[in-house]
Amino acid sequence: MSETKTKESTYKPTSPNSKLDFASLWEYSEAPESSANLEIKDKYELFISGKFVKPSKDRYFKSLSPSTEKEITQFAEATQKDVDKAVKAARKAFKGEWSELKPSSRAKYIYRIARMLQERAREFAIAESIDGGKPIRESRDVDIPLAAAYFFYYAGWADKLEYAFPGKKPKPVGVCGQIIPWNFPLLMLAWKIAPALACGNTVVLKPAETTSLTAMMFAELVKDAGLPDGVVNIVTGAGQTGAEIVNHKDIDKIAFTGSTNVGKIIQKSLAGTDKKYTLELGGKGALILFEDAPIDQAVEGIINAIYFNQGHVCCAGSRLLVQENIADKVIMKLKDRLETLIVGHPLDKNTDIGAINSKEQFDRVNSYLELGVEEGAEVYQSKCSVPESGYYIRPTLFTNVSQSNRVVQEEIFGPVLTVQTFRTADEAIEKANNTPFGLAGGVWTDKGSKIFKVGKALRSGVVWANTYNKFDPTSPFGGYKESGVGREGGLHGLSAYLNLK
Amino acid sequence: MSERIEVQKTYKTYVGGSFPRSESGHYYKVFDSEGDFLANACRCTRKDFRDAVLAARAAFSGWSSRTSYNKGQILYRIAEMMENRRDQFVKELGQIGFSKEEADADINASIDRLIYYAGWTDKYLQVFGSVNPVASSHFNFSILEPTGVVSVLAPEASPLLGLVSVISPIIAGGNTCIVHASEQYPLPAISFAEVLNSSDVPGGVVNIITGIRSELVEHFSSHMDVNSILYTDELDKETKTKIDELASNNIKRVVKKNISDWYEEDSANPYFIVDFQETKTTWHPVGF
Repeated sequence: MSETKTKESTYKPTSPNSKLDFASLWEYSEAPESSANLEIKDKYELFISGKFVKPSKDRYFKSLSPSTEKEITQFAEATQKDVDKAVKAARKAFKGEWSELKPSSRAKYIYRIARMLQERAREFAIAESIDGGKPIRESRDVDIPLAAAYFFYYAGWADKLEYAFPGKKPKPVGVCGQIIPWNFPLLMLAWKIAPALACGNTVVLKPAETTSLTAMMFAELVKDAGLPDGVVNIVTGAGQTGAEIVNHKDIDKIAFTGSTNVGKIIQKSLAGTDKKYTLELGGKGALILFEDAPIDQAVEGIINAIYFNQGHVCCAGSRLLVQENIADKVIMKLKDRLETLIVGHPLDKNTDIGAINSKEQFDRVNSYLELGVEEGAEVYQSKCSVPESGYYIRPTLFTNVSQSNRVVQEEIFGPVLTVQTFRTADEAIEKANNTPFGLAGGVWTDKGSKIFKVGKALRSGVVWANTYNKFDPTSPFGGYKESGVGREGGLHGLSAYLNLK
Repeated sequence: MSERIEVQKTYKTYVGGSFPRSESGHYYKVFDSEGDFLANACRCTRKDFRDAVLAARAAFSGWSSRTSYNKGQILYRIAEMMENRRDQFVKELGQIGFSKEEADADINASIDRLIYYAGWTDKYLQVFGSVNPVASSHFNFSILEPTGVVSVLAPEASPLLGLVSVISPIIAGGNTCIVHASEQYPLPAISFAEVLNSSDVPGGVVNIITGIRSELVEHFSSHMDVNSILYTDELDKETKTKIDELASNNIKRVVKKNISDWYEEDSANPYFIVDFQETKTTWHPVGF
């Protein structure tokens, strides 16, 4: 009799109910991306009029890596005086060199930026992961390549704008104040700067205070690309710096991406002025999963919808609405899939879910986890290990929730999915639309007519059918209702940066 | 023989397809160009406005899902009905100081404007929608959809043409609206409501209330179930600020257009429809 006995595996690919089990079959070795070639300076100054300049009050603030809780570098705190200086530089450039350039030459500068971003892509990806906590796989494969693609796409528009708006003569707006969030630092910068420059404007941009690193690296790149001084100005700081931009009298247009609460404050601050503005705000995207959907494919889509970028995605699919008769099966499969997700160091190429962006956000998500339990939800968290230091949260499911629960109504902005059920399509649509938001929604079904019917009924700016969280420079993005005003991306994204006469 | 005593019309409001009086029972007097009494108009209050919002919201889903062809025919039908009643409008405009020529020109332009937008209903989606060549294996397209319920401060000095010019693009795009008629000259608006009521426009799609603008601006700007607000008059800084501030409570789209001459070419164009549209982008994978 042989002594060797085959170890019984729990994984049976042929059984529909087999549990996914990777961990007991093999262990993952660490696969860290090297950051040896990334040079981070001790501190970064402001980028105004093509030069790096000291902040007027000489104050700097620390920037921590959320994966280690250690200081990475320091950024200058821009005060009213600095913002004013940046706006003046932008105005000067707008009146002068930049507007005298042929549109086709303007395009070439923007193309140059796109190319240089591609050349330095890996370095930017590593910086993004260290600074913001997102898995290197995402910063390497999504954030940075997409950022370059936005520049490449909008560069081409610079000398073709009159074809975009039939019957109109588009003219640049002037100086644009742009305030971007911490969830996709460089990508949001690209969404803002690329169309603004293509339309002939100049910009003063403020990155989020927790994720200013790639913006300052971008400033160096702008210098290398030889853009005329003052066309791109980057000032760092917290909310107060943002407010100085919003309230500056010589800014013609404000573009903001961030929370709905701050968006409302900005809209209110702009009251009575003739400044143009676009707001990309929060969301609480619903994923409607019908019984006829290919379930395994849908489960993959749901995982990508909510756990992509730690759930720090304004258009995240954070509410699953699953048809009642398949709910048990779907929840079981989701839980199984959750167990296979690796929560780990952002620079590890195996990592699926990196670090929560900041202590503040970490506390906020945790408070929602407590709130969900208080509200009577059943909570399920994967049992994976998490690194000892850094801000990590295991992927979480809330079941047994109702429409009025705060965890269903409010944007959590973390790896937390709520699960509700429905019986009819009308009920699903009603529930999907029943929040103040309207940024994105998902539909999962094998039936084409159902996609169109449900997709039309969803009051949201993006509908992902049998897919989720896809982005492209040619594709307009933006919200209905309290998810914002205006569109970014594609032809439609141009109008925010033009006056149409 | 004694002269026949004219039967005067009671001017009420137009909400949800019927003609109620103001719930408040309040009124204000409307005078002709000579300063003589013309009629008592409803001095609507917040309650009337809220009723109108309910009606507009209830009508939204039905109106926005009408086919473009159907919406076009209904706008065309409004023009037909107006043509029929042109004498009534000429008379009403005459009472408030329009010469015969001016009144004729106003009603002509109003009818033509309706037909202009009737023609756009099944075209603006083609002009302003797009298929987007994304760099992945997905089919991706963007269409326009109506923003929702729109509150409108109708032009004060152009009680008919101005009114028709702001309502038409909003409903052509599938929105529903609550309109505050010109405060000083509210009567043509109520007569226009009678036209709407006989033109297959579903009740609640257009709601028209009358009253004192300074009392109503706050409600038009602040209601949480209104998605957008339009005004075309030059307003004082304080009022503008108030509108913007209140609108921010639910990220209302504030559409400001300074139009004083409703005959000028730029006062009617498809961008007026687009101002009350949201872009929706849909993705679907391509594969076997």
